[in-house]
Amino acid sequence: MQRIAQYPTFLLLATLALSAMFLNGCGINNIPTYDEAVKADWSQVLNQYQRRAELVPNLVATVKGYAAHEKEVLIEVTEARARVGQMNLPDNILSNPEAFRQFQANQDALSSALSRLLVVVERYPDLKANQNFLQLQSQLEGTENRISVARRDYINAVKRYNTELRTIPGRWWKRFMYPESELRETFTVAEELQLAPKVEF
Amino acid sequence: MKMVLLRTAPFPIGLCLLALLFTGIARAAPDFPQLTGRVVDNANLLSPSIEQQLAGQLKQHEQDTGNQVVVVTITSLQGYAIDDYGYQLGRHWGIGQADRNNGALLIVAADDREVRIEVGYGLEGTLTDARSHDIIQQVILPQFRNNRYEDGIVRGTEAILGTLQGTYEPPEKTTPDISGLFYSLVIILISAGEFVAARFGSRMISAGVLGAITVLVGWQVLGSLKIGLLLGFFVVIFHFFIGGGGGPTGSHGKRYYRRGSSSGFGSGGFSSGGGSFGGGGGSFGGGGASGRW
Repeated sequence: MQRIAQYPTFLLLATLALSAMFLNGCGINNIPTYDEAVKADWSQVLNQYQRRAELVPNLVATVKGYAAHEKEVLIEVTEARARVGQMNLPDNILSNPEAFRQFQANQDALSSALSRLLVVVERYPDLKANQNFLQLQSQLEGTENRISVARRDYINAVKRYNTELRTIPGRWWKRFMYPESELRETFTVAEELQLAPKVEF
Repeated sequence: MKMVLLRTAPFPIGLCLLALLFTGIARAAPDFPQLTGRVVDNANLLSPSIEQQLAGQLKQHEQDTGNQVVVVTITSLQGYAIDDYGYQLGRHWGIGQADRNNGALLIVAADDREVRIEVGYGLEGTLTDARSHDIIQQVILPQFRNNRYEDGIVRGTEAILGTLQGTYEPPEKTTPDISGLFYSLVIILISAGEFVAARFGSRMISAGVLGAITVLVGWQVLGSLKIGLLLGFFVVIFHFFIGGGGGPTGSHGKRYYRRGSSSGFGSGGFSSGGGSFGGGGGSFGGGGASGRW
């Protein structure tokens, strides 16, 4: 005891540093860290969907100029776009299965309407040679690709977070430290595995 | 008070020990080629001299603008779609600087006959999807369709670099590592506590000050008030009981504090790796365009 008493500062420092690193090292911060990652990835998903929604009016206008009588698919795209635009996302969407499913259904409806539009467009060589259309098409392709990357990142982040909440030792930390944390909704994987329809020439 | 501490303190520590037992890391990584330089020609589409010339151009571009551009040819995509493979390869290699994500890849998959320009987050505004699409369709693919792979790659790379010219931003000043801040704060606090104790001969006062600030710091840094309080408890008890009755320990403490600080908690810097090339930790989000020939 007397020996220890001579080095209080050093021991103090060591204890403090060790406890901090020790507690960090065994995952005490995992739940909030992973949760933040989920939120960040979710906003990236919203971002990319938003970007796509902004491309649609331009695309529809361009296609109309060449293929005005393809009313059916044009209306379908416009309506799907409108539904996406009118969606009211509740704050708790990530832990609200019903709202999340609705969000996914609306976005998927727009995806399939757009891919049908691009199939129809194949019949109009003039349109396909239009520079403006080509630009829009490449932007749309890029955006769809970004959406799938963002969705995959989100799925992985949720998987990590949910797994942390449901497995030991994360379960213990949840009970002791973060009782208010709840499981997050995620995109259904089946859709991710489906291949986009490929158009062969 | 003491009893409460004795009862609660072992809990997170014990939990921690248990937690460590259950922590296992198992991750399967896809099979990506080695990043051997700025030009990775695994499909052997380039002659050595062209390869060197390209690498020189890419290096010059990085020196001028900070952007990392890498040309990679592979034989097979291993069943992946090229836009799926591309962003994962970019992330795997970490092309681009971590804080600017200013990397880009030109990927040629020879057997799959597919080509892609993969653009990091930070360059998406300059090397847009539409621009990437144009480069692939108008510059690269016409050459590839005539089996002139080398020309296609060289011209495509020049078009990419030309598009990216003038995107230079001065490198940002690096912000200090937060943990360094934390530890230096702790050191300052403790020496302040020692000073107060030596001055007034009262461990009560110094322990109080020290405890309060430890709680605050622990709370902020570890993001949890409970843990902050717990650490505060530890520190106060330590300081109060083991330090004794405010005797001359203060000066002893200082001596040890110096020794402690000189051992340092310095944050490791980035090693830029001298002459060899490595990714800077940039990330990719699927920007760019693909094409087939």
